[in-house]
Amino acid sequence: MAAKSIAQEYLKGLWDENPVFRQLLGLCPTLAVTNAVINGIAMGLATSFVLIISSVVVASIKKLIPSQVRIASYIVIIATFVTVADRFLAAYFFQISKSLGPYIPLIVVNCIILGRQEAFSSKNSVGRSFVDALGMSTGFVLALLVLSGIREILGMGTFLGYQVMGAWFKPWIIMILPAGAFITLGILIAVALLIEQKTKSRS
Amino acid sequence: MELLALFISAILVNNFVLYYFLGICPFLGVSKKIDSALSMGLAVTFVMTITAVVSWMINHWILIPYKLDYLQIVSFILVIASLVQLVEMFIRKASPALYQALGIYLPLITTNCAIMGLALLAALKNFSFLKTVTFGIGSGLGFTLAIVLMASIREQLDLSDVPKPLKGAGIALIVAGIMALAFQGFSGMIK
Repeated sequence: MAAKSIAQEYLKGLWDENPVFRQLLGLCPTLAVTNAVINGIAMGLATSFVLIISSVVVASIKKLIPSQVRIASYIVIIATFVTVADRFLAAYFFQISKSLGPYIPLIVVNCIILGRQEAFSSKNSVGRSFVDALGMSTGFVLALLVLSGIREILGMGTFLGYQVMGAWFKPWIIMILPAGAFITLGILIAVALLIEQKTKSRS
Repeated sequence: MELLALFISAILVNNFVLYYFLGICPFLGVSKKIDSALSMGLAVTFVMTITAVVSWMINHWILIPYKLDYLQIVSFILVIASLVQLVEMFIRKASPALYQALGIYLPLITTNCAIMGLALLAALKNFSFLKTVTFGIGSGLGFTLAIVLMASIREQLDLSDVPKPLKGAGIALIVAGIMALAFQGFSGMIK
């Protein structure tokens, strides 16, 4: 772990340890909010905000937290910043906050965030934790972007609300229904695994 | 009548797993064997029912009268965490057999977003007390139904020839997608 450079610490979140495709964490919000790209981006940014700040806070006070109550302490820290994010969205981006509904408060039980605190921030310096959280966030936002992009283009023929498919295109309604979320993510995870196997067998 | 409609829609139409995407982690993680899936489902139903009662009381007796509803997230998660802990201690004393059966699944429930989702959804929809409890039981049973169905399909999948990259999570998610599609058929039941 200590041998890793800062750049590697950041890059591992993008692919090798991508929270969604490789670690299968945080699947609930990933599936729920990716029916449109704008929702995916909002969710990704809100989660990133909470993850980065919580990681920095946990890393800086890790010596003060007795290990018996560490999980409860992490949850309180996370819940505080989720409240901040929730209130902020409700005040400035009411429409997005409404369409995301209970999924913003539910960031508090997103396993990616608690998982990073337990696995990384509680053992590493503030700087490294910040970079690690940044990498994980980027990986999460990228995963949401890919999934919501596919679903919005195939499900409505649009990307971020702009028409991208020609008039000949008949939207696949299934893609914006829950079923489309499950099937798309299943295929994407398989593709990620396939790429990993191919690159491994080559080296 | 309204309660019955809510109950049925919580089980079939607005199924927590297949419609709200809540509780995906245990749904994928504990659905390899039918009997452990059933235990997990029952444990979740149990905790959900109690959470529904307690979170309603906290919301309507403490948070709303004192205008503290911005503390909802923090207070709900703390209540759920301590509730799971209490339930675990109580079951261990009261029924060791049940404790053996639920065993490791109980602590896992704390981070199950279905429980937190239930408390938040009930608060968001401003349900009355009876409705909240009905919603809690119905959602728990809906979760149980989904996870047991999933486990029985996966037991069959073990015997079939799945392409290598799809093995595990990939095929499980695609199966869940087809299940969600089947459950979509129930949506006409409740207007």
